[in-house]
Order: sequence, then C-alpha cells, then structure tokens
Amino acid sequence: MNFDYDSEQNDLREAVRGLLARAYADSEQRRTVVKAEPGFDEKTWSRLAEMGLLGLPFAEEDGGMGAGPVEVAIVAEEIGRVLAPEPFIETVVLAGGLVAAVGTAEQRAEILGGIAEGTTIAIFAHAEPGTRWTATASGVTATQSGDGWTLTGVKEPVPSGARADVLVVSAVVDGGTGLFLVRADAEGLTRTGYRTHDGTRAAHVRFDGTPAVALGTGDRTAAIERALAEARIAYGHEAIGAMDTALRTTAEYLKTRKQFGVTLNKFQALTFRAADMYVSLELARSTALWASMVQEAGGDVVSAADRARLQVSRASRHIGKEAIQLHGGIGVTAEYSVGHYTSRLTAIDHLLGDGDWALARLAGTVADHETVDPLGAPYAPGGGVVTG
Amino acid sequence: MRLQLSPELEAFREEMRTFFTTQVPQEIRDTVAAHRHVSKEQYIETQRVLNAAGLAVPHWPVEWGGRDWTPLQRHIWREEMQLANVPEPLAFNTSMIGPVLAAFGNQEQKERFLAKTANLDIWWCQGFSEPDAGSDLASLRTTAVRDGDDWVVNGQKTWTTLGQHADWIFCLVRTDPTAEKKQRGISLLVFPMDSPGVTLRPIELVDGGFEVNEVFFEDVRVPAENLIGEENRGWDYAKFLLGNERVGIARIGSTKRMLAQAKEHAREITVDSRSLAEDPHMAARIAEVENELVALELTALRVVANSADGKPHPASSVLKLRGSELQQAATELLVDIAGPLSLASFADEGSDVPDWARVTTPHYLNYRKVSIYGGSNEVQRTIIAGSILGL
Repeated sequence: MNFDYDSEQNDLREAVRGLLARAYADSEQRRTVVKAEPGFDEKTWSRLAEMGLLGLPFAEEDGGMGAGPVEVAIVAEEIGRVLAPEPFIETVVLAGGLVAAVGTAEQRAEILGGIAEGTTIAIFAHAEPGTRWTATASGVTATQSGDGWTLTGVKEPVPSGARADVLVVSAVVDGGTGLFLVRADAEGLTRTGYRTHDGTRAAHVRFDGTPAVALGTGDRTAAIERALAEARIAYGHEAIGAMDTALRTTAEYLKTRKQFGVTLNKFQALTFRAADMYVSLELARSTALWASMVQEAGGDVVSAADRARLQVSRASRHIGKEAIQLHGGIGVTAEYSVGHYTSRLTAIDHLLGDGDWALARLAGTVADHETVDPLGAPYAPGGGVVTG
Repeated sequence: MRLQLSPELEAFREEMRTFFTTQVPQEIRDTVAAHRHVSKEQYIETQRVLNAAGLAVPHWPVEWGGRDWTPLQRHIWREEMQLANVPEPLAFNTSMIGPVLAAFGNQEQKERFLAKTANLDIWWCQGFSEPDAGSDLASLRTTAVRDGDDWVVNGQKTWTTLGQHADWIFCLVRTDPTAEKKQRGISLLVFPMDSPGVTLRPIELVDGGFEVNEVFFEDVRVPAENLIGEENRGWDYAKFLLGNERVGIARIGSTKRMLAQAKEHAREITVDSRSLAEDPHMAARIAEVENELVALELTALRVVANSADGKPHPASSVLKLRGSELQQAATELLVDIAGPLSLASFADEGSDVPDWARVTTPHYLNYRKVSIYGGSNEVQRTIIAGSILGL
C-alpha cells in the first residue's frame, strides 16, 4: 500500500503541467479562449493529442496508450489547476470510456482512434430535463428501423454538445437503457449550444427520428453506472487541482493584501479559516487518490466513486466559498481568477451528482457493514482481513 | 501507487488482530467497548500482556524493547489495538517519558527506568500544564532551585491525567528565571509522587469522573541525578515528547468502533414502528461521519506510508484536528441515538435503560477534552496556517 507516484507518473505530470502552463499562463488567456467558440482551444486540444493524452486510458490496439486511472487522474488534476476548458474528461473518460467498454472492435478503432488523434470530439448525451443523476434514460426513445435505429427526444444539458463530432446517446429501449452513436451531421438532429457559468459550453440536443447506430446491445445501465463512476473520480481530481490553486491563491492574497496597516495574514480570524480549507483539501485528496487506486485494483469502483464524490463535494463547496470570502470583493469579479475557480467547482459538483446525492446512496447501504476497511473488501480484491 | 497491503503486511495485520482479540482478557476489552473507566489493575495487566509479547513499546529503540517497525506497521498495530478495544499502553510511559529517556537520558537513567516504564512497573504522570500555562506552556512558573545535591521544587501543576495512580512524575520546572527567552530557562525533572511535599488533589470532571488532578509542590527535594538531559534544555525535550503525543492521536480504530455501536444501537430503538437505523436522516448522519472517517484513515495511511526522507508529511497536522472532531461526532451520534435514555446517566439497579445508553452523555461530555489536549485544535490550526500555508 502506498500513495507515491512513480517517476514516470511524475514525468507525465511535469509534461502536462508544462503544456497547460503555456496555454493558460494567466487567467486572462483562459478568459479569451472561453469567450470564443467552441469554448476551448482547438490548438491546445491538438497538443494534448500529440502528447498522447487523449488516448491515455484506451487499449493500445484501439489506438491508445494503455495507461491506468492514476495517469488519467494526473491529467485531470493539472486541468483543474489552471481551469483548462478542454473537454478531456467528457470526451476521453466518459464518452471514450463507454465506447471502450461496450463498443465493437470496429467502433473502438474508429472512435477511440479518432479521439486519441484529436480529430473526434465524442460526448455522452445523457442528462435530461426533469430528472437528475440517474444511470438510466427516460426522455429519449430508441426505435428499431430496418437494420438501424432512430432516436426521438431531448437531451440537455449536454456538455460541449454543439461542438461534438459524435454523440454517445442513452435511450429507452425495451424497458431498459441502451447506448447509441449519433453523428453530428445526422438528419433530424438539432443542437442549440450555449455558454455555461464556468466558461464551458453545453447544448440542448433534440432527436427527431434521428438515425443512430447501436453501441452494444440490450440494457447498458450497468456500463453507464460504471462509466459515470469513473468520470466522477476523474472530476474529483480536476476539483482537487482547482481547489489547490484556489487555496494557494487565497493564501498568497492574505500575505500581500493590506488593511488597517497590516497584511491580512495578521488576522487569526482569516488564517484559521485558511487552515480549515487545507484540512478539507487534504482529506478530499486522499479520498480521490484512493478511489483511483480502487479503480486500478478492480475493486468496487461505484461505491468508491460515491465516497470520493461526497468528500470532494463537501470540500469544493467549503473551499470555493471561503476562497471568495477571504479575498473580499475582488473575489467576485470576472477579472480576477478565484471566482472562476468557485464557478468551475460548482459546475463539477452538479455534472454527475453532488454531495447530498452521493450521501443518499451511501446512507442506503450504511447498515450493510459494521465498519469500512478502505484496504479490504469490496474495495481491494483479495485484500483486507476477514472480520470474525 | 498501490491499494493493497503487501502479503507480509496482510500477515502482520492478521497477527496483530489475532493477538489483540485472543490474548488480552475479554473483560478488559468489554470495559473499553462499554466506555467504562478502565481500572489501574486493568491497565497494568494489559500492558504486561503486551510487553511480554513485545507489543507495548515497538516504537522505542530496539535496544530498549523496540521493534524497528515502519511507520505503516506501527499504524496497523495501533489501529488493530483500538479496533479490538484494547486499552493502549499508557501514553505517559510509552509515548512520552520513555522515548525522552531513550533519546536524552544518561545510561544510568535508561537502565534505571526504561524496562520498568515499558512494563508499567512504574506508572508515570505528566507535570506540564499549570493554571496559567496551558496552550502557552512556556509560561510555566513551577520553580526548581539548586540546593547542594538537590533541586528544591515549588509550584503547581494541573490536568495531571491519572496522577492518582502514578508512582513517578516527569515535570517541567523553571530553573533559570533570568533567561532572555522563557523557553530557555526550563528543565525536565523526574521524581516519585510520594516525595515529601507533593500533594495531589483530584478534579471532578463534568461527566462525574475523576481522571485529572492538580499537583502541588512544597519544597520537594529532588536529587540532582534526576535531571533528564541538560539543565535549561527541557523545552526541547517537551517539544520532542509532544510531537510523539500527536502520533496516533487520530484514534481512527476507536472511532470506527463507536460508529459500529451507533449502527447497532440505532437498530434497537424503534420510532413509529420503524427502527431508528431505517430513518433516512439518521442513516445519512451515520454515513457522513463514516465517510469522513474513511477520508481521515486514508490521510493517515498517506502520511505513514510516505517514503519522504524522515520529514513529517505536511498532512500529518490534519490528523489530530480532524481525528478529534470525528471522535466527538461519534460520541454525539451515540447520545442522539439514545435520545431520552441518555438522561439515565447515573441510574443504578432498578433501571430498564440499557448500559450503553447510560454512558452516552458522560462519554460525550468527557470527549470534549480530545480537541483540547495534545495541542488544542486552535494550536493545530496555527501550525497549519503558519508552517504549511506560510501565513
């Protein structure tokens, strides 16, 4: 058992940090990028592809690098550190993860290959108005038509939905939830994109008898649940990176901003609150790292993701709000960086389930065990000591 | 990065678990599980069982009974002990004065004290805090004045935990009142509690228990050979000792036990023909504390498994702060589950209130101490803000 990164992982982090530091050296650069469509920098996306990052978790035969969840976590954390708006988790972890899990060899080669090369933005269109954070679909229906399928209904909000080259769509089929691929140029597909508060993009996506190709067959709820769990863990790492920067920025501000003739770090009422932010961050970091290790070990990734989601959500809200408050008025200006961190943390919190949502799931199973052993079952296969 | 323990560590964990659950008398472990006061005899019996197996002072130098374990092994040893409801080896002996004697005592002192300290043949108590020196310990005023071959000690200590059982006291005294920095004029003396001029007065706590005391010194003569380390260097030894005090203070295994009890007792309470455990709000409260405990345990593992060259991991400061908060959250949960039954705190025979429910409030009130001792949580925040965030 250890939490140390190996030297290759450290090299990976340095490389990603270097690339993103050039793209988003200051918050002004990010503001310029997110103002224009498609809400991220296509050149940076290409550079991520050149570095192999967009194929990181895919099998080598599918055009990927065959790396594990810890490597994905490193990239996500660095993205969060500078609030890079590129849809890495959306495309690589979530949509890519679904294609990798249930796609045919042909589908994997085409779509994962395209993602890895940086030529395909794939997006999971799953959220529906009127419901939230389920692994099933209810507002889009799939109908068999000849050899293929057609989809009808609405998905919203779909992250980067207007920019996507291919949509992975969840839809009701035979009382279950199936997965389908829809091309951006498909007939009967209407996409209305808009900006979101955190600078990224989302879209209203309408399917009106839209031709689609099945991605796997039958009910895919379990595969969706798993892919969502893996994405929750990755978002957890993005949030860790963002919280780390928010805390550092706040600490720096307390050391330099003067009021009453002294720097703000002379006021214990402020420094104690910064100390509490550190506590929240480190507890969340430990949990997020652990969840990635559970994923890597083949343990119960859904439960581990719920635990990480709860801890990261609580920390995100705490740190996000305090970072602004400790800055004062400048914290809520668009010109200054820290408010954008809070905005992004708030977005992450609501993408795939917030803390209360995760808590409700954990509360439903709390009576099933006497104690939790994070190094034992069900998290570490073959690990742990059996309690008598 | 790797989740699983190595097969060797799994075996080590199993060995600890088996030992603690089979070799420490059940009656003693039941006392701990029931949150009843552990008697002096029970502490001594347990520590001797542990010491005979080499499990009382594994963190000491090998020469004096230590085991040369890794920090991760020590973590597992401590957690398994708590999970098995084993009273831990007396901290004053094994985590405080023992390591100080081993590091700073002279050979004669080591030979005189260490084996007896490990075996609890000598019961030590701590003479640190004073009425006007709490978190600001360096303000202490108890004096020791040299007179021939003796030091003559005058003053008062307080919060002396389990001093009523103690044979000896290790005591910070001011030996140079003229020192420019108040930290520089302090020395560490050890002497028997039955020395002429030592008076102990128990302090009753809000839970009705007696675990701390005031200790008064009136012209107590202490032989010069009982000075530990160098004169006026006592502050360095105190810092060394308090650093050890914070090790293992997160008490994760113990809080896990309390949460398991909370779940068990919530099932025994029926509200509107449904068990309290099935109440969604109660289930969520338990689940949230449980998840925070997972996060703390993982942070503790991160700290102890860290391969960094001997330097303390920055996140270690989180352990005391959060560990105490979660211990308190668990005791609060138990009181709230007991609900009105928690009022029967001092009920005797003739009451139908189960034993577990009677102790919940005294236990909850008693546990207010854990965010105060070992460096109050405000001191911990000062450390985090200063040495980690640079504020």
